[in-house]
Amino acid sequence: MVTILFDGIAYGMLLFVLAAGLSVTLGLMNFVNLAHGAFAMAGGYAALVVVNRLGVPFGLGLVAAFLFSAALGALLERTLYVHVYAKSHLDQVLFTIGLVFMSVAIVDYTMGSSQQFIAIPPVLQGQITVLGIGMSKYRLMIIVICGVLTALLQLGLTRTRFGSRLRAAVDDQRVARGLGINVGAVFALTFALGSGLAGLGGALGAEILGLDPIFPLKYMIYFLIVVTVGGTSSITGPFLASLLLGIGDVAGKYYVPQLGAFVIYTIMIVVLIWRPQGLFVRKGAR
Amino acid sequence: MRGPDVSTSAKLASAISAQFTARARWSPLEVLFWLAALATIWLAPDHHLILTEIVIWALLALSLDLILGYAGIISLGHAAFFGIGAYTAGLLAKHALVSEPVLALLVSGAAGAAFGFLTSFLVLRGTDLTRLMVTLGVALLVREIANRAAWLTGGADGLQGIGMEPVLGLFRFDLYGHTAYAYSLVVLFVLFVIARRIVGSPFGLSLQAIKGNPLRASAVGIGQTWRLVGIYTLAAAYAGVAGGLLTQTTAFTSLESLSFDRSADALLVLIIGGTGHLYGGLIGAVVFRFAQDWISAATPQYWQFWIGLFLVLIVLVGRDRIGSWVAPVRRLADRVSDWRAWRRPPAVEPTAPGEGGRP
Repeated sequence: MVTILFDGIAYGMLLFVLAAGLSVTLGLMNFVNLAHGAFAMAGGYAALVVVNRLGVPFGLGLVAAFLFSAALGALLERTLYVHVYAKSHLDQVLFTIGLVFMSVAIVDYTMGSSQQFIAIPPVLQGQITVLGIGMSKYRLMIIVICGVLTALLQLGLTRTRFGSRLRAAVDDQRVARGLGINVGAVFALTFALGSGLAGLGGALGAEILGLDPIFPLKYMIYFLIVVTVGGTSSITGPFLASLLLGIGDVAGKYYVPQLGAFVIYTIMIVVLIWRPQGLFVRKGAR
Repeated sequence: MRGPDVSTSAKLASAISAQFTARARWSPLEVLFWLAALATIWLAPDHHLILTEIVIWALLALSLDLILGYAGIISLGHAAFFGIGAYTAGLLAKHALVSEPVLALLVSGAAGAAFGFLTSFLVLRGTDLTRLMVTLGVALLVREIANRAAWLTGGADGLQGIGMEPVLGLFRFDLYGHTAYAYSLVVLFVLFVIARRIVGSPFGLSLQAIKGNPLRASAVGIGQTWRLVGIYTLAAAYAGVAGGLLTQTTAFTSLESLSFDRSADALLVLIIGGTGHLYGGLIGAVVFRFAQDWISAATPQYWQFWIGLFLVLIVLVGRDRIGSWVAPVRRLADRVSDWRAWRRPPAVEPTAPGEGGRP
């Protein structure tokens, strides 16, 4: 029971780090980015290459995953995404589905279609027992890393100058521009940060979620659920939603395995029926 | 207070009905299109298998066009209805519940419609984003059900052992797909004619008003709920029939018919041909299937990459500009029908400008 809770929390925190970037682009900037998972996958494979093939330590592999996905995010944002911000939702959907399909084919071509695992150092393998509860070291590490990142994100958004610029740019682009805020740069940086976090999540989660070319399609719905259920007014909403989803999914798979992914889809649809209008509407945002 | 001028309103009514008659007239290009399609039954007997696939894609895209192009509802889960139709047709044939294909096809359509009706209430609520997520979620849910209910659907192996009875008890399905193609084409034509009538009717026009501006549409007294429910249900029925056709012509169905890829590809087919005119899906299906055939012959495994690239380019270049190749063709069609109308005296006197109370 406690183990399930523990696994669920680890899973949920992982989902939060994966989806945090999406909650900004989809939730705050109102851009339908179905390709978010592609950045997570890019990070996962970047870590895979540097750790497994080049023999770089695991920790540095995570950093590499973050940097690679962030750079990729910044590049694509400046070259492609920037043209699509102002287009209709249908265009955004088509565009990002296109990116997903391309990423799937590219990874399939370069890395092969089978599921792969990043080599974990022996220190992180096995379990430790705290207060009589056996906990996987790896999952404990995930909780610690993701917890720290969440705290940093929360502080960054509410306490720093960049955070207030971002909130201003999202609330009213024109006024923000008038006040001398470089909205394009703020969005690009945010996008890069979100992609980087996704990449880090992809690398961290390779052990739990698996890593194969259809990763972006497989987990697209999870990211969307986090953003939908969590709402967009603060970072706390998506965080709680991730935990709920993580625990719900793990518990569902443990107790009623025959239902499979049923539980979470149903949760999502129920929430959408329950709060259809308020989900993506944020007071003050355009 | 005087009532409305009777003569003016009568004239207006006749002018409106003349408009509708003009809209409903088949232009020579349309006739030519369908004659060409009909001719392929005899002219291209070696390609009937791929042509049947094209017809099914066309029907699915037509169905998506009804909600996207005419009512402005974005759906990422149209495969749900397609798959439900496919499995319905498969189960009916497998267990010999309804062994006559045309009848079974109607039941497939009805199954799609029933599910569409039920889910339409979810889709009605909320914005584009919510609709995207709900349609996507519903489709994933249906796929998961089909995957889990292996005792009924065969699960990941697909539904096997489907034997098809002859169409109408007369035409036996053959190995080369001749019967299948003729059968599919007739179904497509019938459904197309029905869709054409619906789209040109006052109901169809009111849908376009809702798509254009929901707020103004309600302001002039066009209620949205039941119109959107209606068109969504109709589109679901069409998708169900398309799915049923796939099962009947291939004697097999699998989870692929419910997959996200199918929803996305249907969207792509429609976008290639252009939304908001019924021929979009049909033309898109022809282009899509032949392109797929050609590319996958060149690079079998990475066909998906090229779809992706195509989608990205289509958005970056602008859908309007890509769709605009249709405009000259339409203008030509209009001119041809104008020319025909000019040769015959018009049946109804067109309203002269300046009528309606000006001195």
